[in-house]
Amino acid sequence: MSTTALRPVRRRPRIWLYAIMIVFAGFYLLPIFLLLITSFKSFEEVSLSRMWDLPRGLHFQSFTRAWEAMGSSFINSLQLVIPATIISCILGSLNGYVLAKWKFRGSDLIFTAILFGMFIPYQSVLIPLVRVLSGMGLYGSINGLILVHVVYGIPITTLIFRNYYASVPTELVEAGKIDGADFFGIYRHIMFPLSIPGFVVVAIWQFTSIWNEFLFGLIITSAPEKRPVTVALQNLSGSQFTQWNVQMAGALLVALPTLLVYIFLGRYFLRGLLAGSLKG
Amino acid sequence: MSHANIREFAPSDVARRRRWLTRDRLIALLMLMPSVVAIAVFVYGFIAWTGYISLTAWSGIAPDYTFVGLENYRTIFRSVRFQTDIRNTVVFTLFFLLSNLILGLVLALLVDARVKGEAIFRSIYLFPMAVSFIVTGVAWSWIFTPGNFPSDPTGINLLLDRLGLDALQSAWITDKRVLPEFRPSWARTKLGVPMAMLPVVVAATWQMSGFTMAMYLAGLRGIPEDLREAARVDGASEWQVFRRITLPMLQPVTLSAVIILGHISLKIFDLIMTMTGGGPGNATDVPGVFVYDITFNANKIAQGAAAAIVMLVMVAVLIVPYIVYNARTEVER
Repeated sequence: MSTTALRPVRRRPRIWLYAIMIVFAGFYLLPIFLLLITSFKSFEEVSLSRMWDLPRGLHFQSFTRAWEAMGSSFINSLQLVIPATIISCILGSLNGYVLAKWKFRGSDLIFTAILFGMFIPYQSVLIPLVRVLSGMGLYGSINGLILVHVVYGIPITTLIFRNYYASVPTELVEAGKIDGADFFGIYRHIMFPLSIPGFVVVAIWQFTSIWNEFLFGLIITSAPEKRPVTVALQNLSGSQFTQWNVQMAGALLVALPTLLVYIFLGRYFLRGLLAGSLKG
Repeated sequence: MSHANIREFAPSDVARRRRWLTRDRLIALLMLMPSVVAIAVFVYGFIAWTGYISLTAWSGIAPDYTFVGLENYRTIFRSVRFQTDIRNTVVFTLFFLLSNLILGLVLALLVDARVKGEAIFRSIYLFPMAVSFIVTGVAWSWIFTPGNFPSDPTGINLLLDRLGLDALQSAWITDKRVLPEFRPSWARTKLGVPMAMLPVVVAATWQMSGFTMAMYLAGLRGIPEDLREAARVDGASEWQVFRRITLPMLQPVTLSAVIILGHISLKIFDLIMTMTGGGPGNATDVPGVFVYDITFNANKIAQGAAAAIVMLVMVAVLIVPYIVYNARTEVER
């Protein structure tokens, strides 16, 4: 064997690798840095020409103002996202269970047809949606928004759970059947306990996407007192009467819940993301 | 199942089992039914309804289902604004895809180099995915607010000023230029790259490139190390290993990424609304904003429906083959 083959793989100096990675990290942290330094400035310090200067102390006036403008929307979003996430999880789990372990003729086709709903531009359903919700007396209400998010959440939640249950050995289900367990027995004693991580992935996914959603909130809740928080922030940022430091503080408030979820449960968040690209 | 096994069941057992199975199958179908009905109505039914509205004369608050054929499609495709929107979507999609694929791959390779603190860097690159497009829009719109440069710059222009890079200052989201501007006889709008779109691409890339990185990272981890090692032993340089092994094996990931990112960019709405509102002029207007504006502000319901169907067709062309392909390979597995 020649000596070149035995030569250890030459690696570039690590220091360069770190330098490049830190520069990229700077790019990703820049907007958050700006949000933070601006939000904590006092009103006297806020000036566009000193935008990148650090605050001279920690001031919370911007947050107080932002909360005055958006606090009720924040509560609306919580009232929307919690029930919608729970219902989505239950529905998705049942669908996934049926489509993975109780397959019937055409079930794969139905699954594929459901999946398409995940990718459509929601602009293509808005007009009928508004009319049907009005007919049901749900237009403009948080309950209407919950219904919408649950329905359009069916594809992704079904997908994640189905892929999850598909990895559970069918022998377990067969064994359950032989032991006399019925549909719900197998679900409760075998599938459900095994799929707790699946529930975490789906719950995080639905929480994040419903919290961050904008279009449905904009269309379905016309009254300001029913608005979800993203719509409230958009209104705040579009208003010329709101100082920009208040907008920045508002943006931080909106970002906070999903960022906390990301920081503490990032691993599950990533799994949901990758499942969304169908390759689960 | 072998014969011995079957004989162990008493006939009554078998009958009971079969009865249980059918009952369970029925329950399974019943459990799936609400979701199937919901999707049938809210996705397929509503799309059909929107499609029908797009063929009517409905303009105003009260529904008007007078059939006018493809008139609305003709109207929007002849309008300066919608032509501009199509141009903008094409430009945005191309730049967005290119920047995401390159940045995503570079980040994945960096993180995959297994340096200390890899997890922290990965988390930093990926965190924008957890944030709303509205938050992204608010933050980046202030970064890209030019101010009165060069005398009184703000945002990134101010940063460039401090770094002595005044030459790079630009009007960013207020830039009205379209480069290179040209107008063929059939077009009612200037063709080229609307400069105000570039900051929006930066913000969108900031948000989505971590996701692209995660996809590439999953792909990279799926490439057997022996394969690359074997090539190195055969005397291949690192560049050759990358060029001949890594890159070809990442092709399926690239295809998935193009489809997922592409359909997101065709639907882009939130970010545009917050960053530019479609301006200046219509320089960053896109079909998603057009549908919203024409339908809910101008009340030209049928025209809005037509534009929405155009959006749907663009997305479907990209997505349907992908879903079908995924379903097929799944069955084979």
